[in-house]
Amino acid sequence: MNLDLLIAIFITVVGASTPILIAATGELVVEKSGVLNLGVEGMMLVGAITAFLVVFLTGQHYLAIVLAAGAGIATSMIFGFLTLSLSANQTATGLALTIFGTGFSALAGQGYSARPVTLLGPLFPADLATHPVLRIVFGYSALVYFALIMVVAVWWFLKKTRAGLILRAVGENDLSAHSIGYSVIGVRYAAVAFGGAMAGIAGACFPLLLTPQWAERMTAGRGWIAVALVVFASWRPFRLLAGAYLFGLVMTMELYAKAGGGPLSAIPSELWAALPYLATVVVLVLISIRRDASTNAPACLGRPFLPSN
Amino acid sequence: MPLRLQLTGITKRFPGVLANDNVTFAVKPGEIHALLGENGAGKSTLVKMIYGIMQPDAGEIAWNGQPVVVSSPKAARKLGIGMVFQHFSLFEALTVLENIALGMDAKIPARDLEARIRQVMAQYGLLLDPHRTVATLSVGERQRIEIVRALLLEPKLLIMDEPTSVLTPQEVEQLFDVLRRLAAQGCSILYISHKLHEIKALCDTATILRGGRLVDTCDPKQETSRSMAEKMIGAGLKDIVRPEGRSMGEPKLVVSRLSTAKTGHFDVPVNKVSFTVRAGEIFGIAGVAGNGQNALLDALSGEIRSDDAESITIDGFPLGLLDTTERRKRGLCAVPEERNGHAAVGEFSLSDNSVLTARDRLGMVVMGLINSGAARTYTGKVIAEFAVKALGPASMAGSLSGGNLQKYIMGREILQKPSVLVVSQPTWGVDAGAAAAIHQALVDLAAVGSAIVVISQDLDELRALCDTLAVINLGQLSPAKPNAEMSIEEIGLLMGGVHGATEAHDAVPA
Repeated sequence: MNLDLLIAIFITVVGASTPILIAATGELVVEKSGVLNLGVEGMMLVGAITAFLVVFLTGQHYLAIVLAAGAGIATSMIFGFLTLSLSANQTATGLALTIFGTGFSALAGQGYSARPVTLLGPLFPADLATHPVLRIVFGYSALVYFALIMVVAVWWFLKKTRAGLILRAVGENDLSAHSIGYSVIGVRYAAVAFGGAMAGIAGACFPLLLTPQWAERMTAGRGWIAVALVVFASWRPFRLLAGAYLFGLVMTMELYAKAGGGPLSAIPSELWAALPYLATVVVLVLISIRRDASTNAPACLGRPFLPSN
Repeated sequence: MPLRLQLTGITKRFPGVLANDNVTFAVKPGEIHALLGENGAGKSTLVKMIYGIMQPDAGEIAWNGQPVVVSSPKAARKLGIGMVFQHFSLFEALTVLENIALGMDAKIPARDLEARIRQVMAQYGLLLDPHRTVATLSVGERQRIEIVRALLLEPKLLIMDEPTSVLTPQEVEQLFDVLRRLAAQGCSILYISHKLHEIKALCDTATILRGGRLVDTCDPKQETSRSMAEKMIGAGLKDIVRPEGRSMGEPKLVVSRLSTAKTGHFDVPVNKVSFTVRAGEIFGIAGVAGNGQNALLDALSGEIRSDDAESITIDGFPLGLLDTTERRKRGLCAVPEERNGHAAVGEFSLSDNSVLTARDRLGMVVMGLINSGAARTYTGKVIAEFAVKALGPASMAGSLSGGNLQKYIMGREILQKPSVLVVSQPTWGVDAGAAAAIHQALVDLAAVGSAIVVISQDLDELRALCDTLAVINLGQLSPAKPNAEMSIEEIGLLMGGVHGATEAHDAVPA
């Protein structure tokens, strides 16, 4: 294999990993606050169709990203209202949100299938972005750098700020946080909205970064991988980063295997496609064997908050 | 000097209950004031209103002579009211420092906060490492976090909600020292408890509540424990009646070198526990929570089976390999600590709950079919004999109050006339009247020749009830001694002495 191919693979991996990383970073914050939102896939699809339509109609890529985030927030608020204000079951509501997002995006995207848009260009000047080696660092669009910055920002927020401490406290012991005087529901609404915005932006990556068109269910299960990745990373932002690129690598391998030729096709592409999930299952098993506090899972994850008075 | 806190005519109503009815009392500066009452007397509701968690429906709260509305815990802390909860509001996965930071309203940089924490700890002799994760701390140490958190705010009134229920006698003494020091500096303390000897030892004034009403405000040093208890329950207190000329029979339950495997990070297994209980004997096992009591109960009841048949015998018959059902058939019944979900199914009727443990001993199942008539009759008998407040055998177990459910569970087992009964925390969270009834039932069961094992953290209960005592600490059982020959200091030392100083909980064998 020559250098050019390696660089090409690397850049493809980074691109494929970015939506997963963005969505998973949002979901990590949501889960740290004690809420399990399984609707990531649905929110991503709503973000994807919003971004596609905005670019198709206006050609404004950054406006598309902002509105996709807004659409993600709006979708997440459906989930927030049902699970936080009405204490509905989070698992069921999350699944319903995914079904809703899938259907809604298909409806909104009717008639736009396969209509082309333009991709979001690289952030840095063309000289840097096309240089054979420097493009490893400078060759990406703003969304890729955004994903990386958000990982660091979320780590810093959770670890170093008082607001992050409160958010972790709410996810760890909602009743105690309530008795100290923090608004458990308020914190969780904010976290769910952040997760929605991130999922919306992650969805926007599909028409803006990967395939410049609209296709039904174009996120292809990446939202689910993002949810799995949060567990895989045991709720730690930097493990999330490593995990997202690992999953991205495996997904890219799948594409190469599908394309045929080369040593990769010795393994069926279906197996490559299954690998991220197999890895997650293995990690979950390993975590539950250890069964102690070091699993780092928020203690209140998925439990509705029901104050006694 | 104005009164620190003055409550006038405080009333709080919940659907169907009057939790506080026109309660009026005052706390002076530097006073240690006891708030005394049974479960459900309205103590918790009252302090929740003082701390701003709830609002009174009527009445007035005055702080240092000024009428105030305490709208939230934050507002309470701003006034100078601190509270240490019975159930700690701690975050296990966070460090001591992070936990304390969460309870602070002012935003203090972590480094300054740590310095202040260390200063308060040194001042009151509350030793703790601010960077330890709470999950690794003992209960006594966890309580210290709560106290430090409250003291950092330099409170003028500190509310302590049943603070000693989880402490060893030595830890209780340490806590009292801290509280007396605080009071000497002018901080008032509102001390909620139903342990009368503690109130006599610590408090200057006691306000007694019953059924939401104030019964009396008195000087506990002028009262006897008995007189205060009678005010609390509003009736004469019945003593345990022991039959005359009782003699112990042959050894009935023999446990030898019983061990369990370690199952999880926070569980303490039992390690080579041996003891003998004779017919007619009540054998008490004392110990601070989390020292292997749960494993011991499970190992005796059959939930955890031994791999040595001889490790548990009744009248010489080996039970070690048998499961719960088989052991029940052989006469060994057990009542675990957790009432709802372990000893009884909350979503089942009392009748169905009776079937769960009494089916074989009382023939409630014939050819695989439940004889519901027999279950109902038996449940009715339990309800009548143990004065369980329930609508009838069809009532859901979960609809009963804690004390009533406990009476039902105890009655369900006792009326099966087991030859060995093992109970854990038989009167935990049960009011004094019901506790006395349960104690009497245990004594009566022993009188007809059953061997009884009582596992409890309540030393008063064990002292009053048991013939023989042993102490469980870190999964090991001390040699048994007659109750009358054991001093409270000796029991305290066996319970593991002062937690924290020895890092006892870290020394659990893996």
